[in-house]
Amino acid sequence: MGVGSGRLYAAVAAGGFRRYATYRAATAAGVFTNTVFGLILVYTYLALWDEKPQLGGYDQAQAVTFVWLGQALLAALAIGGGGFEDELMERIRTGDIAVDLYRPADLQLWWLAADAGRAVFQLLGRGVLPFAFGSLFFPVALPREVSTWAAFLVAVGLGALVSFALRYLVALSAFWLMDGTGMLHMAWIAGLFCSGMLLPLNVFPGALGEVVRALPWSSLLQAPADVLLGEAAPLGTFVFQAAWAVALLAVGRLVQSAATRRVVVQGG
Amino acid sequence: MAETAEARDAAVRGEPRGRVVEGLRAYRLIAAMWIRSTMAYRTSFALTTFGNFAMTALDFVAILLMFSRVDSLGGWSLGEVALLYGLSGVSFGLADLAIGSMDRLGRRVRDGTLDTLLVRPAPVLAQVAADRFALRRLGRVTQGLLVLGYALVVVDIDWTAAKLLLMPVILLGGAGIFAAVFVAAGAFQFVAQDASEVANAFTYGGTTMLQYPPTVFALDLVRGVTFVVPLAFVNWLPACFVLDRPYPLDLPGWVAFTAPLVAVGCGALAGLAWRAGLRSYRSTGS
Repeated sequence: MGVGSGRLYAAVAAGGFRRYATYRAATAAGVFTNTVFGLILVYTYLALWDEKPQLGGYDQAQAVTFVWLGQALLAALAIGGGGFEDELMERIRTGDIAVDLYRPADLQLWWLAADAGRAVFQLLGRGVLPFAFGSLFFPVALPREVSTWAAFLVAVGLGALVSFALRYLVALSAFWLMDGTGMLHMAWIAGLFCSGMLLPLNVFPGALGEVVRALPWSSLLQAPADVLLGEAAPLGTFVFQAAWAVALLAVGRLVQSAATRRVVVQGG
Repeated sequence: MAETAEARDAAVRGEPRGRVVEGLRAYRLIAAMWIRSTMAYRTSFALTTFGNFAMTALDFVAILLMFSRVDSLGGWSLGEVALLYGLSGVSFGLADLAIGSMDRLGRRVRDGTLDTLLVRPAPVLAQVAADRFALRRLGRVTQGLLVLGYALVVVDIDWTAAKLLLMPVILLGGAGIFAAVFVAAGAFQFVAQDASEVANAFTYGGTTMLQYPPTVFALDLVRGVTFVVPLAFVNWLPACFVLDRPYPLDLPGWVAFTAPLVAVGCGALAGLAWRAGLRSYRSTGS
């Protein structure tokens, strides 16, 4: 990839950032809602850990931290959906995708750049405040070492990559399904259930826990959280996340080339 | 037909009862139209209804996962928590089915399509409430009813006439309270068009909170959902009566029966907020 195309994707990413930055009222509303949900979840987790201290290997402060991390990463990593996928599906459905394919840019990289810009904005705009609120008013377990925070940010970045790769596949399904609403719902359910958003994955019982921890969605919330909480070695976590990212992005490429062979441009 | 003609005359004269009748009629017609349009694609309807059901079921799965590791939460058993969940789920589901489309109002204000509703000879609230009426939301009601049924089977309730009588009252009163929250949130969107997500904190956040026992939450939070946004009347207080448990905040015993009154009061306040919001509306002019 040359310097020129690098600049192109940087511009696309900046565009993604700016686009979401214009929705100020929506961002403020999101901060409020994430904080309220965090508040409700924190009390249920406190009750749960009161009943069973050290549940899943977390102490109470770690469980509380996990809740606020979830609220901070929910929008940034689009765990419950809400990124570029609606728009891409709509472009596939209406046929506008044909225009995109004629651009001298790679389709997957283009959307990845736009989604990265969105993710960075959502992390800063919607993530920081609920997390700061939670850390101020509840007992949290935060590391003192800068290196742990740096490792956490790398894990968040890799999580964003896995999240993109998953949603890209979901969006491409529109080439075959036309109406992708059902797929979006399924992806939403899988994302919430298997990422740890519903309950930390280390609390899931037995074999179910082992399965969900091996799935790609555990890269989204569980992996960065465990790095920050000192429950997982950063290197091993990065390898796990990167392996899923590479595998899913490669499948995305294959599906993309199969799909674009199907494109029939209608009309003149 | 004579009845509707009479209602129309009453509406022209500006009588409140006439407006209510007319509003309900408009609501029924618009909702029926959307149901017909949904039924054109039956497979899609079946799938989205199931999706609605599954997505709602997710938070009960979270509760089941919690109880796979503990025997009680805040001193309440799984069956008792399921009772809270079922009551809140059905109430919220009914309100969501009836007027859950209110959150689209912000978009209509933003793009100016609200004007179309203003020039039609039917109450705006009825039109907005029935806008894109989504029958698939029966998925949520069904899920709530199933959990409620499960709770009623497993929980050992000492049934009396009062408790039996209270059950339907809880569901309708709760639906009324949630409906008032939906209308108030709609009114708020006249002011903050882009901030419809704030409503989610009170609607979805409210029903999530009510799924857990009041003993779990800090007292200030319980006070907030009792006296400020009176969600506690949806299920916490009536469930405490049905289960013979002590009330949160040491409230007197009769409050469990006041849910319908609270619903009417909230509805009146939400109605005032709605009128204030509608009056403040300025079209985009496009």
